[in-house]
Amino acid sequence: MGDFSFFIEVVVGGLLSGVMYTLVALGFVLIFKASGVFNFAQGAMVLFAALTFVGFLEFGLPMWAAFLLALAAMLALAVAIERTVLRPLVGQDHMILFMATIGLSIFLEGFAQLIWGTKVRGLDLGISDEPIEIGGILISQFDLSAAAMAAVLVAVLSAFFSYTKVGRALRAVADDTQAAQVAGVPLGFIWAVVWGAAGFIALVAGLVWGARLGVQFALTLVALKALPVMILGGFNSIAGAIVAGLVIGVSEKLAEIYLGPFVGGGIENWFPYALAIAVLLIRPAGLFGAARIARV
Amino acid sequence: MFHRDAGALKTSYGEEQAIFPVALDRWAVVALMAVGALVVPFVAGPYWLGSILLPCLILSLAAIGLNILTGYAGQLSLGSGAFMAVGAYAAVNLVIRLPWLPFPVSFVLAGMVAGAVGLAFGLLSLRIRGFYVAVATLAAQFFIEWICTHIPWLVLNTPSGVVSTPTLFLFGFGFSSVPSRYLVAFVTVVALAFVAKNLIRSSAGRALMAVRDHETAAELTGVDTTRAKLTAFAVSGFYCGVAGALWAFLYLGNVEIEAFSLHRSFQILFMVIIGGLGSILGSFLGAAFIVLLPVAIANAATLFGEALKPDVLANLELMIFGALIVAFLIIEPSGLARLAVKAKDRLRRWPLPY
Repeated sequence: MGDFSFFIEVVVGGLLSGVMYTLVALGFVLIFKASGVFNFAQGAMVLFAALTFVGFLEFGLPMWAAFLLALAAMLALAVAIERTVLRPLVGQDHMILFMATIGLSIFLEGFAQLIWGTKVRGLDLGISDEPIEIGGILISQFDLSAAAMAAVLVAVLSAFFSYTKVGRALRAVADDTQAAQVAGVPLGFIWAVVWGAAGFIALVAGLVWGARLGVQFALTLVALKALPVMILGGFNSIAGAIVAGLVIGVSEKLAEIYLGPFVGGGIENWFPYALAIAVLLIRPAGLFGAARIARV
Repeated sequence: MFHRDAGALKTSYGEEQAIFPVALDRWAVVALMAVGALVVPFVAGPYWLGSILLPCLILSLAAIGLNILTGYAGQLSLGSGAFMAVGAYAAVNLVIRLPWLPFPVSFVLAGMVAGAVGLAFGLLSLRIRGFYVAVATLAAQFFIEWICTHIPWLVLNTPSGVVSTPTLFLFGFGFSSVPSRYLVAFVTVVALAFVAKNLIRSSAGRALMAVRDHETAAELTGVDTTRAKLTAFAVSGFYCGVAGALWAFLYLGNVEIEAFSLHRSFQILFMVIIGGLGSILGSFLGAAFIVLLPVAIANAATLFGEALKPDVLANLELMIFGALIVAFLIIEPSGLARLAVKAKDRLRRWPLPY
């Protein structure tokens, strides 16, 4: 095996791990797009969803039942968040809402672990992690399945946004909240739907990441992996989140292998941020973000 | 009736421009400082002095730093912990490598190093805005954490990466007892709080607020927004840096990166939001609230005795803390400082309702 095929292997591995980042970033983008809220609690929602799923599995439920119950829990959580946190804060400054989601994420971390306990649990989705060989390159089967799941998720979400009435209302809210309200779009319902969809994404992300890392508190930290993806792709672009996830995944892996040894390693914590900021300096709204025109 | 500004006739520009134009406020501040400096260190026990008041004071200073950046200049920062780290690492290097420097000079220099680092990351804010700046400061947090753990020179080649701080000496007096450490923090924090209060009353401070309220409008009316933003980042870095140095030398007794993690950055952000964005008084109130809240929750929990297991308690604490933050934002988004203003209003018109 030559240097080149090793390079290709690193790139493919990076692309696949980029898909995992995209999964988390999608949840952020969805909520930001529809309500302008920077939802810091997405990481806590990933933890909550994964813990709930594993908790139901431990009751001896089959996987599909646990998935549906966990999904129901995430939807209930979304409605509860809309009622108790978002509704009283309508019209507040973005910074206040951001702070509220930090408070929410602390609450959720405590709540999830209070119900399901703090011990680290393994999660076996029944997908083998044996690498398979395609054209001389080793590819993790698990990563490939995760990528397929992400692709299905994105397809389902895009179909939902494009072809259903609720999806169209949601895009109307994202475009111009006041105009949408005037046209009779129920804002509270739409927000609950958006948070529900973000909860659904959190559940999928929680399963994939949970199977990889074990279901534990560290899952909340995947949110920090998703932030550079978001700023690189633009806060309000789903396509941006996908492309940026792949870019970050690949460049992180390449930097780790080709740059890491020269600077003592451990650069994966900040390298994606540095890359994202370097791009921001050229395109201040991210690769795909809508440029804002300032008016006085 | 009690807090009247009517009848306070001013006969000079000096009086007109005083920080506390109302006599009652002025005396209250003087009394508070006298009690804080002359009574508290001799009356309070070592637990209250060393474990409650000292961290409260030092974190207030960091909160003032963040408030200048976020509350006054409107640039959300998630990197205050990292700027504290820069101050702490710079201070320990200066104090140990240059022992002939008096420690206040070392601390000011350490603050300036942190200010310079803040300025460097502030350069990013010239090009990007809003939450993108927040994520850029997050990058500062991770990058600085990495630098501090990967360059052995910064930790004086200590293998563990944790440097014990030496006792501070000034004119032959060693600040090792709890009251003496408290007094160093008290004097530093009060002095820097006055500097901050004056800074924001100056034209430089008003430029910050103009940038916060409407950047484009500020630029059109002739405010140098570049200069204002960079000032905010540098001054904020300085305050956080000095706070970090105090935290390491006076409170922890060592310098390690764990003390300045992302968790610390969020803690300081909470102080600023709960205390009140754009208020120096709020920075103190917020710091007191955030430091005392876990203590209060833990004390309340002891009422239940053995009924609560420690892991359950830890999670309940998280839940209560998170819920209180949200509840607080809903009830009073302008923070504790706003409550203080309301109280003043009530005092002014008491006993009349309006």
